[in-house]
Amino acid sequence: MSHRIDRRFGDLRRAGRKGLIPFITAGDPLPEATVAIMHALVAAGADLIELGVPYSDPVADGPTIQHASERAIARGIGIARILGWVSEFRQVDSTTPIVLMGYLNPIEIFGYSRFADAASAAGVDGVLIVDVPVEEAETVAPLRAAGINEIFLVAPTTTDRRLSAIRAQAQGFIYYVSFAGITGASQLDTAAVRDRVAHIKQGGDMPVAVGFGVRDAATAVEIAASADAVVIGSALVACLAETGDIESAVAAAGAFLAPIRAALDASRS
Amino acid sequence: MNRSVTVSDFHAYPDAHGRFADYGGIFMPETLMPPLEELTEAYLAMREDPAFIAEFERDLKYYVGRPSPIYHAERLSKKLGGAQILLKREDLNHTGAHKINNTIGQALVARRMGKRRIIAETGAGQHGVATATVCARFGLDCIIYMGAVDIERQKINVYRMKLLGATVVPVVSGSKTLKDALNEAMRDWVTNVADTFYIIGTVAGPHPYPMMVRDFNAVVGREARAQMLEQFGRLPDVLTACVGGGSNAIGLFHAFLNDPDVAMVGAEAAGEGIETGRHAASLAAGRRGVLHGNRTYVICDDNGQITETHSISAGLDYPGVGPEHAFLKDSGRARYVGITDDEALAAFHELARTEGILAALESSHAVAQAIKLARELPKDRLILCNLSGRGDKDVHTIAAREGIAL
Repeated sequence: MSHRIDRRFGDLRRAGRKGLIPFITAGDPLPEATVAIMHALVAAGADLIELGVPYSDPVADGPTIQHASERAIARGIGIARILGWVSEFRQVDSTTPIVLMGYLNPIEIFGYSRFADAASAAGVDGVLIVDVPVEEAETVAPLRAAGINEIFLVAPTTTDRRLSAIRAQAQGFIYYVSFAGITGASQLDTAAVRDRVAHIKQGGDMPVAVGFGVRDAATAVEIAASADAVVIGSALVACLAETGDIESAVAAAGAFLAPIRAALDASRS
Repeated sequence: MNRSVTVSDFHAYPDAHGRFADYGGIFMPETLMPPLEELTEAYLAMREDPAFIAEFERDLKYYVGRPSPIYHAERLSKKLGGAQILLKREDLNHTGAHKINNTIGQALVARRMGKRRIIAETGAGQHGVATATVCARFGLDCIIYMGAVDIERQKINVYRMKLLGATVVPVVSGSKTLKDALNEAMRDWVTNVADTFYIIGTVAGPHPYPMMVRDFNAVVGREARAQMLEQFGRLPDVLTACVGGGSNAIGLFHAFLNDPDVAMVGAEAAGEGIETGRHAASLAAGRRGVLHGNRTYVICDDNGQITETHSISAGLDYPGVGPEHAFLKDSGRARYVGITDDEALAAFHELARTEGILAALESSHAVAQAIKLARELPKDRLILCNLSGRGDKDVHTIAAREGIAL
């Protein structure tokens, strides 16, 4: 199995560039806009796309992503449709990695083996399941077997013992949660993040992406000084939520991401 | 979905990973895993510590008013003409329900861990009141998350919590009820993890909560088992208890799990009838899933979205259930049945008029099941029903339901 995620981070490293990872909630603001938004994000400089799988009880998410999930759920968006969009995206773009981010119950109900086969066939490269810590990794073993990377979170509270266990299981990249809190909150402490990211990277060469609290070009540049990639979610989801049709959503996605890409590239040392 | 599990010792669960065979576990975001590990380690030490146990038992005796009696409902039994109904009177505890057993225990754990800020979720407000009560008792800060819909339905309990010094935070996300209050409490915890202790109100949530909450409520069954031998010279033939999250039921069942001749029946909220879809019977009508940190039976749609539940009793209105109950169901050790709103109300009235006891609407589900069993079983059989709470809090709900303006 070749891994788009590994290749992408390898390319970034060789080029001396920082990765830019936008997060959008699948099906929001309009189901018919999701694939178009994904392409627009790639055109504006996304290196990897995190596609949020809506869930009714997202305990790690702040109001912005909660509401986006509620809107998508109200439209009946589930895994089958989301995988359909990934397939559609893959017909045009065979290189940009896609990570599905969400919670376990939708996958549990879909069925692990069925999900592994369908997601792999659709072109999904990884999953980040917020409520599957390293202790429960066995639960999603069929996904690994199908070549889907399992991305783990590391938090400010993570102990060294846990960090070692996570490193041993991690695939693709490590997602560092920049502060103890929910998505979209503004508690970013750049110096603390820098120290933690350096500590995480000491133990191996797994790339580290940082998310939670990155909301614009300035915060992205600050975080990218230490991280291999930055994840921007709530700010983008909030921006898309204000659009009413495919064209404006696509335009907003590009307009949101392009300046962040430019700032990241300009800050290369 | 019934799986066959062979179990030699029901008291050996959960295992070190918080598993009750296929159920339970720790399905939580990474940020909360270290504090959960810390809590597990601290609690496992405390449950073996004689000083901690003595402190807990002292408060159960002098603050809660334990032991609660077993009362033989003779007039009700005679009227039904079958087996004898015995009531474990948890309604006589301080604050009027079994919930205080758990909140006392967890507040003691929090205090010993040096956590001064307590958060909790509540549906009907009973767990919120029990938490606010112990926070006042121990001088701890108390923040209660409650769905905006429930706040509107349970104004008296909201005010009771405020009188006890708690801050009540309305939750406006999702369905604005219990599960959303739980989500919001988790979000608070993930944000304030350093100084905050989360007192979960039922035997759900991630490990160690299902075990810890069970342990604190298991006093109910331990007492009852000894009382049965003393008062009646034998163990009961069958236990009944209502099951929402399932804390009062596991509290009663646990001491009897290795007594093979004691049958157990959990009464879930069948609401307007399981066939209508408007119910909260996770075990009787749900499926295996993961909710709020554990694998259990949940009520959700084909996309895995947790769906809204319905019960006349807010305390049973929850789309999941404690993982130990899921395990007891699959192993065949306990069975779980649905009791409708109407059946619970009828039982409420029957008990009030024959015995002079106003049962909580939650507990009325257990009474309804006891009444059904009493009609089927011979007179020499003993049914022990957990009367988990008193019904004063439900007087307005019942009046409104019956078209009476108070």
